[in-house]
Amino acid sequence: MLDPAILFSSVLNGLTTGAVYALIALGLTLIYGVLHIINFAHGAALMVALYAVYLLKDRLGIDPYAALPLVVAGMFVLGYALQRLVINRASHGKDENILLVTLGLAIVLENLALVWFKSDTRSIDTAYTLSTVEIGPAMIALPKVIAFCGALAVAAVLFWIIRSTDLGRAIRAVAREKQGAKLMGIDVEKVYALSFGIGMACLGAAACFLLPAYYVNPQVGSGFVLVAFTIVVLGGMGSFVGALVGGLLIGVVESIGGLFLGDSLGQMGIFAIFIAVLLFRPQGLFGARG
Amino acid sequence: MKRDLCAIALFGVVLVAVAALSQSGVLLTFVMMSLYAALLSQAWNILGGYGGQLSFGHALFFGVGAYAQALGQLNLGLNPWLVLPGAIALGALVGVAVGGLTFRYGLKGSYFALVTLAFAEVFRILALSASFTGGGVGLMVPLQEGVANMQFGSRRGYIYLLLAFVLLALLVTAWLRHSRFGAYLQAVRDNEDAARAIGVNPLRVKLGGIALSAAFMSVAGAVYVQVFQYIDPGIAFGSAVSVEALVGAIVGGMGTLWGPLLGAVTLHALADLTRNLFGELPGISMVIYGVVLILIVMFMPRGITGGGQSLGRLFKMKERARV
Repeated sequence: MLDPAILFSSVLNGLTTGAVYALIALGLTLIYGVLHIINFAHGAALMVALYAVYLLKDRLGIDPYAALPLVVAGMFVLGYALQRLVINRASHGKDENILLVTLGLAIVLENLALVWFKSDTRSIDTAYTLSTVEIGPAMIALPKVIAFCGALAVAAVLFWIIRSTDLGRAIRAVAREKQGAKLMGIDVEKVYALSFGIGMACLGAAACFLLPAYYVNPQVGSGFVLVAFTIVVLGGMGSFVGALVGGLLIGVVESIGGLFLGDSLGQMGIFAIFIAVLLFRPQGLFGARG
Repeated sequence: MKRDLCAIALFGVVLVAVAALSQSGVLLTFVMMSLYAALLSQAWNILGGYGGQLSFGHALFFGVGAYAQALGQLNLGLNPWLVLPGAIALGALVGVAVGGLTFRYGLKGSYFALVTLAFAEVFRILALSASFTGGGVGLMVPLQEGVANMQFGSRRGYIYLLLAFVLLALLVTAWLRHSRFGAYLQAVRDNEDAARAIGVNPLRVKLGGIALSAAFMSVAGAVYVQVFQYIDPGIAFGSAVSVEALVGAIVGGMGTLWGPLLGAVTLHALADLTRNLFGELPGISMVIYGVVLILIVMFMPRGITGGGQSLGRLFKMKERARV
């Protein structure tokens, strides 16, 4: 059962999935860190991005990787608009309203997709879908390797934006101290919308890396959303390093859990971690208490 | 209290009259499904509206009730009337267990919403994987029509059964509005620290709230099994039931006596209307639920009843201004 080669390839597979998870979780944690809201529409938004990638390939023949700038920009605009036009207006200064509105958005997006695309599962065919790369004793699908490298590259860009640009400084300032940032002349509402846009743009990138080795259906987001929440909670709400490490960790846990327990029970490992972390260490591994 | 009781009695009499006199199958089905939806929202309202704990995974208790009702008949060979109290008790017990875990560690707000969602998902996967639940195929309760088997020949029987529980939920809600326990529950919702400071035990109060809420939710699950004679993990623990319960209560008005009922019926009517307009498109009624939820939170954060009250007060103010 415990053949080291199988275990090794399972870990590698987990890491490749985990990198994409991390990308999704980075978007979620950015939105949480700045706006202090849990975006329940995150999974549904990922589903929208996946359909966008699918349609671009299916109707216009644009390769998923070439579609990346387009999808990222589109998701950014969508996020910006959603925050400005819907979420911001619905909050009335109460967190629970935002919780409910993002839940409402998730329900609407998911079921609109169901109305339009039916519940069929779709995937795309590319020349490289079935190519594999040999890493030591393991064979890993080429799209997964690309997804791993791509997700880490996007994460690096995100880190750079947050760390070294004026926008990043504004975002960190608002996250830390909203009132103070406002007094220093930062347009808080705009930073909110930009953060939401960037968070959703991460989903656009994740969708481009996911689809060549994955599929899309209207419910696909809900599978990811709890995984992303788990990662964010595990890494500490609002912590970027936490999201990255947590994502890779969860990917490996899922992969090894699936190896021993079968796919659906392997998912249970994730939920067990999720509930345990929420109960015993809600500040996460990398988060500060409070 | 007296006014509430009179209104509840009147509501019961009117509905019994409608059910007894109506010959229209469409109307009876509408009343039955509305009462079912109302029960979901009323159950959610006890914890969400009066306790202030927004659960996104209330299907958990619905599913426990549904599976208990089905398994009690199938595996233990018991009469459904005998199984029902057990199913309700089990639902309440799961409620206390989940509440005990989450409230003990001070989870609230979005964390509570997340953890309830996760619990429902855990149960869905367990029900899919376990053998005694029939896995993804689900469970089928054999059709044996008869009042003794809680399987009624017409919609009327189910309407009376559901109505009894809706009335009970209304009575419990009225009790929450006027009793000491209800006052504690609302105090914890409005300001937990202040409530603790005056000697309320928030944990115990919240556990009471979740037990009541879960009990009514499992009633709805058990009745679902009696009406449709079928249950599977997606129906039992999927998000649709959680969403229906929550949206109805919020649309009608959280923490009000009649709001959840009003909201559930409104939504159900809307969903029926769209089904007539667009035909049987899967997902369309959920789109309506989501849109209504967003619009209500944006423009009427206190729900239909809350909006009505504000309007009423506005008119009163204008009248007074005129005088």
